[in-house]
Amino acid sequence: MKWDEFFVTGEPMIYGAMVSIVLVSIAILVGLTYFKKWGYLWREWLTTVDHKRIGVMYILSALIMLFRGGVDALLMRTQLAVPESGFLDSQHYNEIFTTHGVIMILFMAMPFVIGLMNVVVPLQIGARDVAFPRLNAVSFWLFFAGAMLFNISFVIGGSPDAGWSAYFPLASLEFSPTVGNNFYSLALQISGIGTLMTGVNFIVTILKMRAPGMKLMRMPMFTWSVLITNVIILFAFPVLTVALALMMFDRVFGSQFFTMANGGMDMLWANLFWVWGHPEVYIVILPAFGIFSDIISTFSKKNLYGYKSMVFSMVIISLLSFLVWAHHFYTMGAGAMVNGFFSITTMLIAVPTGVKIFNWLFTLRKGKITFTSPMLYAMAFIPIFTFGGVTGVMLAMASADYQYHNTMFLVAHFHYVLIPGTVFGVLAGLHYWFPKIFGFRLNERRAKTAFWLIVVGFNVAFMPLFFLGLQGMTRRMYTYSADTGFGPLNMIATIGAFVLAIGFVVLCYNFYYSFRHSPRDEHGDPWDARTLEWSIPSPVPVYNFAKVPHVESQDAFWHAKKHNVPLFKEGPYEEIHMPSNSGQPFILGVIMFFAGFFLVFSWFIPALIAGIGVVIMLAVRSFERDHGYHISAKEIAATEQKLRGDSV
Amino acid sequence: MLLSGCNSMVVLNPKGPVAKTQSDTIIFSILMMAFVLLVVYILFVFMLTKYRSSKTSDDYEPPHMEGNKWLELIWTVIPIIIVAILSVVTVRTTNAVEKVPAGYETQKPLVIYAASSNWKWHFSYPEENIETVNYVNIPTNRPVEFRLYSYGPITSFWVPQLGGQKYAMSDMVTKLNLVAEHEGSFMGKNSNFSGKGFAQMEFEVLAQTPAEYSKWVKDVKDTAPKLTEQEFNKLLKTEIVGRKSFTSTHLGFAPAPMDMSEHGHSGDSKSESTDSSKPMDHSDMSNMDHSNMSDMDMKDMNDSSSMESGH
Ligand code: HEM
Ligand SMILES: [Cu+2]
Ligand SMILES: [Cu+2]
Repeated sequence: MKWDEFFVTGEPMIYGAMVSIVLVSIAILVGLTYFKKWGYLWREWLTTVDHKRIGVMYILSALIMLFRGGVDALLMRTQLAVPESGFLDSQHYNEIFTTHGVIMILFMAMPFVIGLMNVVVPLQIGARDVAFPRLNAVSFWLFFAGAMLFNISFVIGGSPDAGWSAYFPLASLEFSPTVGNNFYSLALQISGIGTLMTGVNFIVTILKMRAPGMKLMRMPMFTWSVLITNVIILFAFPVLTVALALMMFDRVFGSQFFTMANGGMDMLWANLFWVWGHPEVYIVILPAFGIFSDIISTFSKKNLYGYKSMVFSMVIISLLSFLVWAHHFYTMGAGAMVNGFFSITTMLIAVPTGVKIFNWLFTLRKGKITFTSPMLYAMAFIPIFTFGGVTGVMLAMASADYQYHNTMFLVAHFHYVLIPGTVFGVLAGLHYWFPKIFGFRLNERRAKTAFWLIVVGFNVAFMPLFFLGLQGMTRRMYTYSADTGFGPLNMIATIGAFVLAIGFVVLCYNFYYSFRHSPRDEHGDPWDARTLEWSIPSPVPVYNFAKVPHVESQDAFWHAKKHNVPLFKEGPYEEIHMPSNSGQPFILGVIMFFAGFFLVFSWFIPALIAGIGVVIMLAVRSFERDHGYHISAKEIAATEQKLRGDSV
Repeated sequence: MLLSGCNSMVVLNPKGPVAKTQSDTIIFSILMMAFVLLVVYILFVFMLTKYRSSKTSDDYEPPHMEGNKWLELIWTVIPIIIVAILSVVTVRTTNAVEKVPAGYETQKPLVIYAASSNWKWHFSYPEENIETVNYVNIPTNRPVEFRLYSYGPITSFWVPQLGGQKYAMSDMVTKLNLVAEHEGSFMGKNSNFSGKGFAQMEFEVLAQTPAEYSKWVKDVKDTAPKLTEQEFNKLLKTEIVGRKSFTSTHLGFAPAPMDMSEHGHSGDSKSESTDSSKPMDHSDMSNMDHSNMSDMDMKDMNDSSSMESGH
């Protein structure tokens, strides 16, 4: 292999990226050394098994990926702004929309959601930790290794270029001979395994570790949504694992599952991909529904309307999400019967979703609504998401989809559900739980400026795409001629995208600004909220709950506040058992990264060595005797005294 | 102003019965959905204006409301009714656009094979024994049966003003029935991403009166060269070419893959037939002698081919 096959060459933009990557890495290394933070970083973060810190690392990575995916989006929008633009060439554009899609869904939306659930779920159910803290760290480091592996493809070897859905035979070695799609199969595989473990971990956590008295039907809605999401993960991700493994065999070892010759079946890939891919969009949307439920009820000062039907509708959605995958290829010639079936199952999802919308609207009724920044996102979500939803119903009608399929109409639709749903959801959640995580609120003024830029920019960026689709503009085309008439609307969309981007910049600036200027939170309940996580001090001590709470109703904390009943039993503190930190998950992630990297380039001997390394790590762990450590009652008393001025 | 906006939206500016059915379906769904949106938006604005905290007194305590069986039933049942109506419309129109358009069933369709390769389209007319590249002429008011397949990645054959698209794949033939009821030149394109030259993969569909069409066919026969196997193979490899015309088709020496378009929707498909797991390999097929295979034989072969996974 020659150097210029290894490094991507010949592109000024990529050279620029390489230089900045190197410079930033050097700056980080120098900074850490200069401020003597290596030890701190290792002890407090890289080896942590604390679900809150793992959550923070997930969220931080997701934010960085939001910017990476966002820069991709801006590059694409810049290219499309005018007809016949020479800003990007075809190959470059193809790589960018592929990485944009993959990064946004798998390395931004999902980790963001998983980050919030890591931080919040144990707190909402009154638990000290997740069921398997060490496994949780492994999940994170596998996700992180996958994300890094995917991102280096940009400068090393070349990015995948067959779309985030990687349809065969386009993604086969024959039509996509660079290593790009090897990165795709291996990076997604590694992080996907992490996600699957998260699924197991949180199902067990929620089913087994709830505080006494918290029956299933007393759980906060976010916890419910996380439970259902993780069940979907448990069923959907093994399909991805298999599909990606077959893809890797095809590309790295020369098998022919999906190729054109020797009985390979391109449609098998499409089926496997979407059997995972459609549920995947519910994996990122259901937790957002949960977040909005908690937020809307908190800031209307009311309990959630129709709690039971909210739970039931999520269960129905999760079941239906596995019955609709073929709506992604109505045009494959399966015939009217098959398409009719998938049309109906798809449209049916609108029913439980509609139930949720009305329940949210009726939660507002007779409430006392305050428009805090989390609430603003939740309120923007309702009309915009509904718009995205009804265009989804339009797409679901097979005969009509023959006209929309693969057009900008579709691109508009899925951004109209993913951005108000998932992105507003996680941003709402971030603003809402920020004081719980860091002990101070984000500045409301700046948060609101960012919010309005994002909402206005979003609509300007994506509304024109519906019309472009009806005008016949297909998705994934890197250029178009002036006489298509696509120019003006594309220009508007690009302007919108930049407004949206400025909104994100303001949002991030707000982290810095609030860190400097926001008053520190004293009592742990800045929003006058309803669920258990607000009953403990912020930032939350490692052990979460000094005493186990006793739950008597839904919205347990609110109940305790209103009826003046104690949430925690009287009596002295007791010793708490905690898991010890470990460097193994991090090291495992590093080894997996290298194993993946070597396989991408078909360097089998180093890959084998890395594989042996993984086995050794697992063996080491199985012989390890580490029973964690104890925090003494005295220490807890001191901590609690300091945090909330408690006696005892 | 509004009109010109509508004209540019090719999908809503149909020139044939299939696109018309789809355009009507789309407009119907827009009206239904506008109704849904209206209900949600009115409720939304009402709740937000009426119940903001600035409008309530400081000591106002919102009531505890569990939910309401009847209300929740209403907003479950009404959407179910809406979905049921849309489902009926969908199933009917999907059936309609899969078949030869109503009123044209008795006419013998003009069969045109459309194959994609390296960012171009080959159109073979077995009936006329001619072939074109990157443009296709059709007579008006006669059903045209496009038989689609691909010499590479999956592509999608789309002429928005005549009807919605269908995939073209390497291992099977899919069928698209279109009719043009107006003369004119329509934009056609591949709408499924297929690699580097994807954005350039467009073609012109020219709908002519039957008389003009016959004249065009005659012109091609008089002036265009024959398509030899060698020439065709060279053409396959070339990336992005302009328009071309030939007086013979490639179907003789390179026939279309097995036709799978019949299965899946007809209960009577003969699925007892052989070897379902193995689609045909092109290299094998080119050894077989299909050159004197009539359209009838082709049809028999189609019907006996069986279901392949995924379809
Ligand atoms: C932040 C503003 C965003 C902008 C301006 C934007 C813009 C775009 C553009 C221009 C395309 C490609 C259109 C084409 O040529 O076909 C695209 C594709 C896509 N976007 Fe976004 N996007 C944004 C955010 C997101 C988010 C938040 C998600 C997911 C959570 C997302 C998921 C996708 C996916 C899955 C694709 C399809 C990729 C493919 O075709 O393979 N985008 N987006
Ligand atoms: Cu789907
Ligand atoms: Cu196929």
